[in-house]
Amino acid sequence: MNPTTHASRFARIAAGITLALALTSATGADSGQQSLVMPKAYVQECATCHTAFPAGMLPAASWTRIMNGLDKHYGTDASLDAATLLQLGDWLQANAASGRRATAEPPQDRITLSDWFVREHRKVDATVWKLASVNSASNCAACHGGADQGRFNERELIFPPGLDARYRRAWRD
Amino acid sequence: MKLPAPTTCLVLGAAMAFASLPAQAADTSPAQLLSHWSAQAGAPGNAERGRVFFNAKQGGNWSCASCHGTPPTAQGRHASTGKSIAPLAPAFNPLSLTDVARVDKWFRRNCNDVLSRECSAAEKADVLAYLNGLKP
Repeated sequence: MNPTTHASRFARIAAGITLALALTSATGADSGQQSLVMPKAYVQECATCHTAFPAGMLPAASWTRIMNGLDKHYGTDASLDAATLLQLGDWLQANAASGRRATAEPPQDRITLSDWFVREHRKVDATVWKLASVNSASNCAACHGGADQGRFNERELIFPPGLDARYRRAWRD
Repeated sequence: MKLPAPTTCLVLGAAMAFASLPAQAADTSPAQLLSHWSAQAGAPGNAERGRVFFNAKQGGNWSCASCHGTPPTAQGRHASTGKSIAPLAPAFNPLSLTDVARVDKWFRRNCNDVLSRECSAAEKADVLAYLNGLKP
């Protein structure tokens, strides 16, 4: 094969790699796999204080109320500048829960009070949520190893530090 | 066929440049912030006043230390969510207090949480004097 063809093919691949790296960089170095679909501002503004909850975990109406009340956001001021508020609000609306969950607005617009959340965690003992390493049901990453990257599959479940062996059964089903 | 070495170096160079881009561009420094707010307040920031302010609950449930720890030289922890917070004292975290928009945003939010109002320039100068004085 002639070397020029090789070189130009290589240049195209190199350009592709550079573009992919640029995208990764633009969405934040530590945001992982889902960084390519979560806006950089979402990770920066929301995930500083809590898990970057996937937009699909709440219905659109809940996100609307949350974004309209960021100055009093579950006990803290999480207010944003107008441009970021608009950008993230649009993204949350476009990616909010679909299907059966789309109309099920949980009490206080809390993911952790959603029917599906309660059902999925029904076998987790009350003691577990109070562990220092867990602290809050919104601390997804305490047990879900992929949570910060938007992954919640059971293969990535981990035991939070301090978890007593008798409570581990809930992790296996 | 082997790839021509100069091209490989170029691509690797580009990759490394992207990988090392910081999340925030530094547009200020802890020392600049201290002198900015000291000038606005008309008096130099006072580290001891800053320490007391940082650790005091001011009518609400939280002090600055509730999340940032005291002294804020190690990783802090969000008081309600438990999410970890990078050390606030600049000697323990080179990215701390180096981005004006970020510093303004967090003073606005956190002063509202702790004091139910914005912080004055004098209070910010005191806190900066305290934080900048914390050394390993």
